[in-house]
Amino acid sequence: MRRVSRCSKRTAVFEGQYENLEPIIEFVTQAAREAGLDNSAVQAVQLAVDEACANIIEHAYANSGIGDIECTCCIEADRLTITLVDHGVPFDLDSVPRPCLAGKLEERPERGLGVYIMCQLMDEVRHEFSPQGGNILTLVKRRGTQP
Amino acid sequence: MNVITKQHKHCDLIKVSGRVDNASAPRLGDAFNAIIEAGRFNIVLDMSEVEYISSAGLRVLIDAQKTCKRWNRGEVVLAGVPRPVYEVLELVGFAPLFRFSEDITTAVGSF
Repeated sequence: MRRVSRCSKRTAVFEGQYENLEPIIEFVTQAAREAGLDNSAVQAVQLAVDEACANIIEHAYANSGIGDIECTCCIEADRLTITLVDHGVPFDLDSVPRPCLAGKLEERPERGLGVYIMCQLMDEVRHEFSPQGGNILTLVKRRGTQP
Repeated sequence: MNVITKQHKHCDLIKVSGRVDNASAPRLGDAFNAIIEAGRFNIVLDMSEVEYISSAGLRVLIDAQKTCKRWNRGEVVLAGVPRPVYEVLELVGFAPLFRFSEDITTAVGSF
């Protein structure tokens, strides 16, 4: 008999504004704790979602404050999957260059760290262009894995 | 995120707590700038109650360190850094750029 993975799913929609980072983080934090992630993994999820939403607000919506972020959390036995959907300008995560992580203080970049952090902290990061316009970003954190 | 600053004899102490996220990080930058604009460049950042720090917060730290270390006039010391926060600093290669202190008193006394 094939085991079917059951997903406990919840979705919330937030306006794409910086002041909504806190309620978005609260929303995913609750799901992360229900998914049984340890404290370190919960903080990784919080930070990754923070970076992802900041990207949407800054790049997809160009800091206009107009446009929604649809956040879906799906809890499965071994993982938490977070999907963030926006209707803004499509952006290609792969086009963001990896920041230089070594060298003198004066040469260190102050930009480009967010995407790098997000990709390092999550077990999977997938980006698709939405057929309706905008972006679909999927973040996966498995239970019992280190970033 | 909460930010409290306190001026000591030889350095300034900034205590930041909670989530230094992409929305709140500019307020931490304001705290650094107020001290730097007053001509003081020895700063201890108490991070013992920080939940996490985002890339915007990391930019604030690196910007403050660049400014303070210019002409060897001072530095930013990170104190009481929780393990997960330290791991993010390591992840982005920032750990070698800062002096770390386990407790606040030692950090303040090091100036």
